[in-house]
Amino acid sequence: MNHNLTNSIVDILPRVEGFAYPNEATVHPLWSVLIVVYPYVTGLVAGAFIMASLVRVFNVRALEPVYRLSLLTSLAFLLCAPMPLLLHLGHPERCFEIMITPHLSSPMAMFGFVYAWYLMAVLLLELWFDYRSDFVGWSRAQAGLRGVIYRAFTLGVHDVSEPALRLDARMGRIISIVGIPSAFLLHGYVGFIFGSIKANPWWGNVLMPIIFIFSAIVSGMALCVFIYMVLSWARRVPASTDCLDTMGKFLFFALVIDAAIESLDWIHRLYSADESIHILKSLAAGRLFYTLLVGQAFFGTLVPLLLLGAVQLFRRRLTESARHWIYFIGSVLILVGVLSMRWNVVIGGQLFSKSLRGFMDYKLEFAGHEGWLLSLALLALPFVLLGVFIKLFLPLASAQTAQAQQS
Amino acid sequence: MKKLLELVLKMGGTGYQPVFGGNLPPKIATSQRPVPSKGHFQSLPLGRRSVLRALTGALAGALTLSLSRKAKAAVQKMLVSSHTPKGYDPTKHKWLMAIDVDRCIGCGLCVEACKTENAVPVGPNYFRTWIERYVITRPEPGSGEMRGETLVDSPNGGMHGFPPSLVPKEQILKSFYVPKLCNLCEHSPCSQVCPVGATFDTPDGAVLVDPKYCIGCGFCIQACPYGCRFMNPVTKTAEKCSLCYHRITRGLKPACVEVCPTEARVFGDLKNPVANDPIHRFIEKNKAAQSLKPHLGTAPRVLYAELDKEVR
Repeated sequence: MNHNLTNSIVDILPRVEGFAYPNEATVHPLWSVLIVVYPYVTGLVAGAFIMASLVRVFNVRALEPVYRLSLLTSLAFLLCAPMPLLLHLGHPERCFEIMITPHLSSPMAMFGFVYAWYLMAVLLLELWFDYRSDFVGWSRAQAGLRGVIYRAFTLGVHDVSEPALRLDARMGRIISIVGIPSAFLLHGYVGFIFGSIKANPWWGNVLMPIIFIFSAIVSGMALCVFIYMVLSWARRVPASTDCLDTMGKFLFFALVIDAAIESLDWIHRLYSADESIHILKSLAAGRLFYTLLVGQAFFGTLVPLLLLGAVQLFRRRLTESARHWIYFIGSVLILVGVLSMRWNVVIGGQLFSKSLRGFMDYKLEFAGHEGWLLSLALLALPFVLLGVFIKLFLPLASAQTAQAQQS
Repeated sequence: MKKLLELVLKMGGTGYQPVFGGNLPPKIATSQRPVPSKGHFQSLPLGRRSVLRALTGALAGALTLSLSRKAKAAVQKMLVSSHTPKGYDPTKHKWLMAIDVDRCIGCGLCVEACKTENAVPVGPNYFRTWIERYVITRPEPGSGEMRGETLVDSPNGGMHGFPPSLVPKEQILKSFYVPKLCNLCEHSPCSQVCPVGATFDTPDGAVLVDPKYCIGCGFCIQACPYGCRFMNPVTKTAEKCSLCYHRITRGLKPACVEVCPTEARVFGDLKNPVANDPIHRFIEKNKAAQSLKPHLGTAPRVLYAELDKEVR
């Protein structure tokens, strides 16, 4: 082919501003929107679990109405967490190699261990001990398929004597105590995957795991507020204001810490101003303007901070329904804000060249493997799963008993 | 140990009763069915025996782990040698690649040879080696700067040479070509992060990928600071310069070195110096040869002579 012609075609093809290494100038970033979904979902798992452990470990009584709900939320999201990763692999059929022959110097190889530990040793075990006596009861009360399911979940242990129940509660608490560091591990390691990449100045950052942990806690708590309110509306039972106030308070404090750490990250970057600062500044002000400054910083952090902060200051002057609305809007904004934070980290880190001399473009597609439709479906899946869990494990009757006890 | 465990258990407390769905329906509470009391829980042992059993299990696990690592290392060695001719011992060589920036004329023969030799996918985003052109302009008169802008391009990896620069000749302060390839890092971040060990360092200084083992996660591509790796669109595995391992183990030079008309690329074995060895001549002549991005601590084994500070 004519050399001039090839060169001019090549000039048009990759959407690069400035210079990027030829291998970097691909149409899609290597880690696309599926990898945005993955840390988002694991973050929600960790955050929802922390919410549940506030009840178990720290005895925050006001949060009891959402204890089981947050555990089930955590489980539903954890079961869906590996799916975006799996779909993204070039060879999903070789995925078990990560667990069978892990390369121990790789943070990604920890996935198998951390995931299995969290699912088997923490979440399922805690849920089982918590639900055991109910399973025994329900398996006797319910006939048909439901009864069979509940009977299977008892795992053949039908002892509901007083000492057995005491042991259940004690085990639940121990597992919760173990679960808190495990939740930190689960999401801290995801942060470490990015934070350990020294090749990429946007990622390689010692604060990254901590930022991930706190944004996870914030998003998980916001998710619990959101699901609790939606569930109450759907069941036409009033949501406990006491519980919501307490969740709002914890959400506010977690958000303060999260915002402080993320600001510290930026202050440190701007002040130490290493060779990458110019390109990172143009990245934030250019290609990430809407998702970083508008989505993450303004609507995802500042507005919820002001809203939730206002409730802390003027709680008595606000009516209950006003507070409910503030919690709802605040939690939705936080959920969107943390999603854009994941986008900014994952996609943002691939929008500039490691030569620090140019930017790549990314146009999100609708359909296909790298399209947003699949990601949306993967984000919706845990909610569907949670719906099934709620139907099976949070029957309305017991919810009403809980409400009655609350009031 | 037992006391410690008991203490932990005591910390647990028993005051907590789950509320949301935690009550049994009264119908069941009054159920006449016999409750099978197997005493599972009272007899749940936390005694010395069970603790010892757990510890033994952990120890056995740790031992198996180290054994499996040894086995893996052996398999890896076998894998490396399985594609090399008989009698090739990777521990008896140490390969080094050196590039004389001043000699490169940007003809692109090396890029083409590499694509052909290694069946690298056609396309502007798949290169095991490529050439970058740097054009540094003169500063604006009176600007107080030493240099003007630095413009870099690499159309189609420089495979078909470069079109004339858009900068007028009189505005150019300095212009040069930089061939790039895997930097053969001593502390390679790509092999460090590979979750399954499909990428590995060979004792003779190459960094290789086993395409039959790679799961295609792309972590190594993210971890490479030099943009030397890409995802092969056909095999869906990570790919990079192998230093033409199939050639060098048979006493041949890598394809890019073989075709370079100006000897801008120099290749040799540090452990087996021969008379008038180009690599030793290069080292002798270019004592200040540098590597790329040295601050990252990857210790690359690709040396560049006459490297400008703008090259990253």
